[in-house]
Amino acid sequence: MILALAGNQNSGKTTLFNQLTGSNQRVGNFPGVTVEQKTGAVRAVKNCTVVDLPGIYSIRPYSAEEIVTRDFILNQRPDGIINIVDATNIERNLYLTLQLIEMRVPMVLALNMMDEVRGNGGTIDIAKMSEELGIPVVPISAAKNEGIDELVDKMVKTAKDKALPRRIDFCESGPVHRCIHAVSHIIEDHAEKLGISPRFAATKIIEGDEDLTGRLELDGNELEMIEHSVVEMETEQDLDRNAAMAEMRYQFIEKVCARTVVRSRESREHSRSVKIDSVLTNKYLAIPLFLAIMFAIFWLTFSVIGARLSDLLSLGITALTDLVDLGLTAYGINPVVKSFVVDGVFTGVGSMLSFLPLIVTLFFFLSILEDTGYMARVAYVMDKLMRKIGLSGRSIVPMLLGFGCSVPAVMATRTLSSDRDRKMTILLTPFMSCSAKIPIYAVFTAAFFVRYRAPVMIGLYAGGILVGIVVALLSNKTVFRGKPVPFVMELPNYRFPSVKTVLILMWEKAKDFLARAFTVILLATVVIWFLQTFDLKLNVVADSADSLLAIIGRFVSPIFKPLGFDDWRVSTALITGFTAKEAVVSTMGVLLGTDAASLSSALSAMFTPLTAVSFLVFTLLYTPCVAAVATIRREFQSGLMAAGVVVAQCAVAWLVAFGAYNLFRLIL
Amino acid sequence: MTLSNMPLHKEAVITRVGGEGVLRCRLLDMGLIPKTKVTVCHVAPLGDPIEIRLRDYTLTLRKEDADKIEVSGTEAGIE
Repeated sequence: MILALAGNQNSGKTTLFNQLTGSNQRVGNFPGVTVEQKTGAVRAVKNCTVVDLPGIYSIRPYSAEEIVTRDFILNQRPDGIINIVDATNIERNLYLTLQLIEMRVPMVLALNMMDEVRGNGGTIDIAKMSEELGIPVVPISAAKNEGIDELVDKMVKTAKDKALPRRIDFCESGPVHRCIHAVSHIIEDHAEKLGISPRFAATKIIEGDEDLTGRLELDGNELEMIEHSVVEMETEQDLDRNAAMAEMRYQFIEKVCARTVVRSRESREHSRSVKIDSVLTNKYLAIPLFLAIMFAIFWLTFSVIGARLSDLLSLGITALTDLVDLGLTAYGINPVVKSFVVDGVFTGVGSMLSFLPLIVTLFFFLSILEDTGYMARVAYVMDKLMRKIGLSGRSIVPMLLGFGCSVPAVMATRTLSSDRDRKMTILLTPFMSCSAKIPIYAVFTAAFFVRYRAPVMIGLYAGGILVGIVVALLSNKTVFRGKPVPFVMELPNYRFPSVKTVLILMWEKAKDFLARAFTVILLATVVIWFLQTFDLKLNVVADSADSLLAIIGRFVSPIFKPLGFDDWRVSTALITGFTAKEAVVSTMGVLLGTDAASLSSALSAMFTPLTAVSFLVFTLLYTPCVAAVATIRREFQSGLMAAGVVVAQCAVAWLVAFGAYNLFRLIL
Repeated sequence: MTLSNMPLHKEAVITRVGGEGVLRCRLLDMGLIPKTKVTVCHVAPLGDPIEIRLRDYTLTLRKEDADKIEVSGTEAGIE
């Protein structure tokens, strides 16, 4: 049995999904789009799968989320729909319900947050509402795990009985009623042939869903009759088609609510939210507080918790590597095989695993921000700023995370509700200088700009942001032309985050990253190991200057001549930086034959302050590391796009470094 | 009068919803339809967007979009 879980955003859908399935979930994508599809086995029932549909407010052909929902129900024909509804905000939530009812699939309404409604002295007449809507209604509290068993029982029974929602005319007699019935009549045969409910199809055709209209294969005469009927309704009702349909649904909802809902005078949760907001979205405090919260998260992740865990993990990995090293040596294995295992696989995977604690810690904080409702406030507060580069306030958090690490930053774009914003944010994130580049900056500023360390550092960060802004403005005019999705967003009441939701999200992100660490990323590190270890004749190199990698480095180094650093050792170091940015510094050390302490003085022989600036600008902007590229590939669902990002970033880096090099040459 | 120039905390009633395409459908779907009561309750620190309350929930939208929603004061709103 396949069930679909549908509902608005902020209705508690994820919480209910977690209650239904436990940690037994699979995350994938709906076919052909980058909309996340979570499926899980319902715990209490045998052979029962539930699919978590995206959180939407209506079924229209405008966003990928809405299309996915419509097509899943029409094409996959689930055995039942659980429609979760926020009972504290019932009118707007029932708007989607009415459209789902019209799709004529066995369906149960889950009235969530009933504990809040009752706590505030409100009531809902469940039996009466069920009677009015023609579907079973079950009061639940997903957060407190109340009523879930009853919900599952009702749903399974309804699905087994194939009990369809009772046929109800939401429209009272009048022009809208006449129009819907006239259109239903015209398209009836076409719709039934496709197994689509004629009434659902009729309302969608009236609303101008061209995709669905096309699928019905109506002839010219029928289309004309439909248009005539709709225009007639518009004149009689003195409202255009979209407003008329929305009004028809809301009028029905208001009538149902008047008969079944006793509203509480005041909601405690809302007044608490207003109080919290008087601080968090305060005119003077909002932005400083947001920056402080972000700073605290960064500090905790990169300096305290995440860093400790990383150290602990790498300690374990080093111990394990040493053990394997010893074992292999004792066994007397071929040194190349040993090098492959120890230097290639273990070192590669080890350096990737050191990301894991950072990702898990960051997502711990992020999911708290999201679940409490604070993320929506951040979007509200920062929207005006982000709009200037063609994004909405929602994009600010992933972009800021980019200063820590591009991998979780790109993963965090998953919460953005618009596909266009998501893609654009992913493209801009790598321009925010990630923390792994700090060692490179540190070595170079120590060697060349001892007196101007701070200005050079600030200049680099600001430069990255500036280039990001320019790229954003350019891409608004080219790749992402066209209207952005409107910023009309609910601000939910502040709520306590559920421990289960937070833990499941952390686990999910960790799993997601690990799957990649052991595939794409491992492959890339092994390739680099291979290039570093062998020469052209596939003999193990004695001097790293003879390795395949050095040959490639020599081959590409002329590209950097216009930038002032065409030393093959520099280009080789830059190539190893693809596995992890920290590798740039260590490779240079190896190739220059110095240790970390004397690296600065060795660099002085290779670079001038001018070429150092050029090099720093290039490293700031060139391709993100393989972990980040693999993440980008996953989020875009396209290897081509990821390759495009690598090439584009390198091109931008080259151009900007070239500009900076020549500019400073003129000035100095 | 439009929603974007309503004074704070004064209840109004929507008389017409303008705009077009995706934006308009979104506004209608969110329950911003004629005869709905709505109150502007907050303005973001940078002066835009605004926060409104309707149908027992809180919504945020940009001023340029709120400008497309015509309202008239209610008796409770005009003192």
